[in-house]
Amino acid sequence: MSKINTLEDLNKAAKRGLESIIPSKTKVMVGMATSGIASGAQEVYNALAEEIKKRKLDIILSKTGAMGMDCIEPLVDVLQPNKPRLAYSKVTAKKVPEIIDQIVKGAVNGNKPAYRMDEEEFICLNENKPYLKGPVPKDLEGIPKIGDVSFYKKQMKLATRNCGMINYESIDEYIAKGGYFSLLKALTKMQPDEIIDEVIASGLRGRGGGGFQAGIKWQTCRRAHGDIKYVICNGDEGDPGAYMDRSVMEGDPHSVIEGMIIGAYAIGSSQGFIYVRNEYPLAVANLQRALDQAREYGLLGKNILNTGFDFDLKIGKGAGAFVCGESTALMTSLEGKAGEPRAKYIHTVEHGLWDRPSNLNNVETWANVPAIISRGAKWFSSIGCKNNSGTKVFCLVGKINNIGMVEVPMGIPLKEIIYEIGGGIPGGKKYKAVQTGGPSGGCLPDSLIDISVDFDSLWDAGSMMGSGGMIVMDETTCMVDIARYFIDFLEFESCGKCVPCREGVYRMNEILNDICDGKGKAGDVELLESMSQGIVDGALCALGSTAANPVLSTLKYFRDEYVAHVRDKKCPAGVCKALIRFSVSDEKCTGCGVCLKKCPTECISGEKKKTHVIDQTKCIKCGVCKESCKFDAIIVE
Amino acid sequence: MKTAKAKKITVKDIIKKYGGDKTAMIAILQDVQEEFRYLPKAALSSISKQMEVPLTRIYEIATFYNAFSLKQRGKNLIEVCAGTACHVQGAARLMDRMERDLAIKCGETTKDKMFSLEEVRCLGCCSLAPVVRISGNIHPNLTQDEVPKILKNY
Repeated sequence: MSKINTLEDLNKAAKRGLESIIPSKTKVMVGMATSGIASGAQEVYNALAEEIKKRKLDIILSKTGAMGMDCIEPLVDVLQPNKPRLAYSKVTAKKVPEIIDQIVKGAVNGNKPAYRMDEEEFICLNENKPYLKGPVPKDLEGIPKIGDVSFYKKQMKLATRNCGMINYESIDEYIAKGGYFSLLKALTKMQPDEIIDEVIASGLRGRGGGGFQAGIKWQTCRRAHGDIKYVICNGDEGDPGAYMDRSVMEGDPHSVIEGMIIGAYAIGSSQGFIYVRNEYPLAVANLQRALDQAREYGLLGKNILNTGFDFDLKIGKGAGAFVCGESTALMTSLEGKAGEPRAKYIHTVEHGLWDRPSNLNNVETWANVPAIISRGAKWFSSIGCKNNSGTKVFCLVGKINNIGMVEVPMGIPLKEIIYEIGGGIPGGKKYKAVQTGGPSGGCLPDSLIDISVDFDSLWDAGSMMGSGGMIVMDETTCMVDIARYFIDFLEFESCGKCVPCREGVYRMNEILNDICDGKGKAGDVELLESMSQGIVDGALCALGSTAANPVLSTLKYFRDEYVAHVRDKKCPAGVCKALIRFSVSDEKCTGCGVCLKKCPTECISGEKKKTHVIDQTKCIKCGVCKESCKFDAIIVE
Repeated sequence: MKTAKAKKITVKDIIKKYGGDKTAMIAILQDVQEEFRYLPKAALSSISKQMEVPLTRIYEIATFYNAFSLKQRGKNLIEVCAGTACHVQGAARLMDRMERDLAIKCGETTKDKMFSLEEVRCLGCCSLAPVVRISGNIHPNLTQDEVPKILKNY
C-alpha cells in the first residue's frame, strides 16, 4: 500500500472501503468481539467458511465487532446486493447450512433474522447510505427494522459508531466511514488552538469517570512548559462490570488512534501511549494491527499526511492492577515501575509521564474526537443535556433482560434505560437498584428511577458516572453483600501507599465480613460510617477517596438491610450464607428427586413423589438444590 | 541443569527483544511468564544480572501486579471471574464448587499439577455472567452443575 498524502489518496481508500462495506456481491459478517467469541462465534465463523467452500459460493466472509446486544450473540449479519442487511441471532454452527440456504435461495423462511437494517449511518460524513434499493421484499416485511427494536430505539451511537458495522481488520472500511478525514481537516485546515477551542465548545467531558472538560485539559497541557509532551489513552478499564472501552478498542481501533493523533497535534506532542488491560488480548491485537496499518498509510510516524507533523503511538500492556486505571498510577506503570499513584496537587498535564506534560483521556473520549472535528462543536453540543453534551456508553448487565452495551444521549431518564432498552427485570422479579461507577460509585434505588443519567445528577445522588458499568440488581441481591464485595475488591486492589486506604478499607472489610457472617454488633454501622468519612478525607488518590462510596450509598438507601443483618441476624435477600437456611416447600415439592441427586453433601432425603427434607446439619448452603429445582420448591429464608 | 541452561537462553532472547530497555520491565516479565506460566526465581535473577537492575526492584514489580505469579502454576489455569456482574449472578458459589471438586483453595495448584485455581477481577464478558476462563477459553453462563463435565475436558 502506498502512503496517503492528499485528499485524493484518502478518497481512493474510502472508495475501496465502501466497496467492501456495501459490496456488489453477498457478504456475511460475524460479530467477533470477545463477547461474541465467548458465546461461540469462532465455531460459527469456521462453519460458515467451510460451508461456503463446500458449496463453492462467491460470498465474502468478514469479521466485525460488537453491536451491543450481547444477549443475542453469536450474531451473523447477511448483506445481499440491494437488499436490507439481516441480523441472525444466537447462531450456532448447526444453523449455518440453513442460513446459507436462505442466501442461495434469496428468501427468508424458517430461521428468521432478529432485525433488519435498510441503510447504514455514516456519522462522520453526516449521511446514510442505503443497502436497500426499491421496496422491502415481501418475505422481509415481518422482520422489524433495527430502529423499531426496543433495545436500539432510544440509542444513539457516536463513540461506538462503527462497532459491529465495519470489519475491524480493515483500515479502508474505517476511512470509508469518514475516518481520517477529520485528521486531514485538522492538520491542513485548522490551527492547534482552533482544534482546542472546538473541543472546548463541544463540551466534551472525560468519559473515564471524572467528567473533566477534555478541551480545558488539552489547553493546559498545550500551555505547559516542556519540549516533549505525551498523549495517553487510558484503556485500563478496571471497573468490574464495564467493558465498553474493550468493545471500542476491539471493534473500532482506528477511531481511538485518529482521536489521539488529532489531540497530539493540538497539544504539540510527538509521542503517545495506549495503556491496555492485561485481560484484553483481542483489544491489544486489534490495536496493534490498526497501528501498523496507519503507519503503512503514513497516518502515523514521520511527516503524517505530508504535513510535516510527526507522531507515533506505542501500546503499553497492564499487568492486572486496578489502581493503574488512576492517571498518575498508570503513568508510573508506563515507566516500567510498580503502578503506585501520587498526590494530585502536581498536575499530570504539567508533570506526568517521565515528569513531562502529559494529557490522558480514556478510550471513549478519544473515540468521540474525530466525530466532533468532522461534524463540529455545535452539532455535538446539541446532543445530550445542559453541561453534559454528547452520548455515554454503558454496559447494562446483571439482573436485566437485554444484557449488552448501549450508547444513549446524556440526560436520558434511568427508567428508559432499565425498562425500555433493558427490557426490565427477568423472572418477574422486583427492581432493587442499579450500581453505577464501579467500586468508586454507588447505588440508585427504585425511588431514583426517574433520575436523569448525566455526570452531575448521578454525582448529586451519591453515585457517579464512572466509566459506564450499570449493574442491575433485583430483590435477590443483598446490598450488604454488594458493599462487602466492593470493599473486598478495593482492599485487594489497594496499592498500599497511604494509610487511610490500606488500613481503613481493611478494617471496613473486617466489619462487613462480620456483619455478613452473623457476627455483627450494635454500633458496627455507625463505626462504618465514621471510618468512611476518614477515608474520604484522608486518602491520597481518587480511587482511595471514593473507596467508601459503596458503603455510604448502600447505607443511605438500604440501611434497613444492614439493621436486619446486625440486629435480627437475617439476610432479607437470602444471600449471606451464615444467615440463611434452605428448606423444601411442602406445597410445591413434587418429589421428583432431582435436588436429591444433585446435592453434593447428600443432605436431602425423601421418597419419590413425597416432599423431600434437607438435613440442616449437613447442608453447606451451596444452592445447587435451588438452581436445579424446576418447581421453585426450595425456600431460602 | 540442562533445563536451567535452556531457560537462561530464553530470558536473554526476551531481553534482547526489548533492546535491554529498563522501562520495558513489565513487558519483559509478561513474556517470561508466558514462556514458563510463572516467574521462576532463576529467570528473575538472570534478568537482574543482565539488565543491571536490583532484584528487589524486579520483585517489587512482580509482586505488585496480579497477573504475575511467583509460584509454579498447573497445566491449566482456571480463572473464576469475580466481576460485579458475575458476583451478582453467583460467582462465589461457582468458586466454592471449584474448590470442592478440585480439593484445593483459590490460589493453589492441584497435586497432579493439572489445575491452578485463581480469581480474576472482571474479564469484561459481563453479558455472559457468570464466566470462568480455563487456559484462555471462556466458559459462559456456567452453573455449578456443569463444573465436573467441563473440568473433565481438560
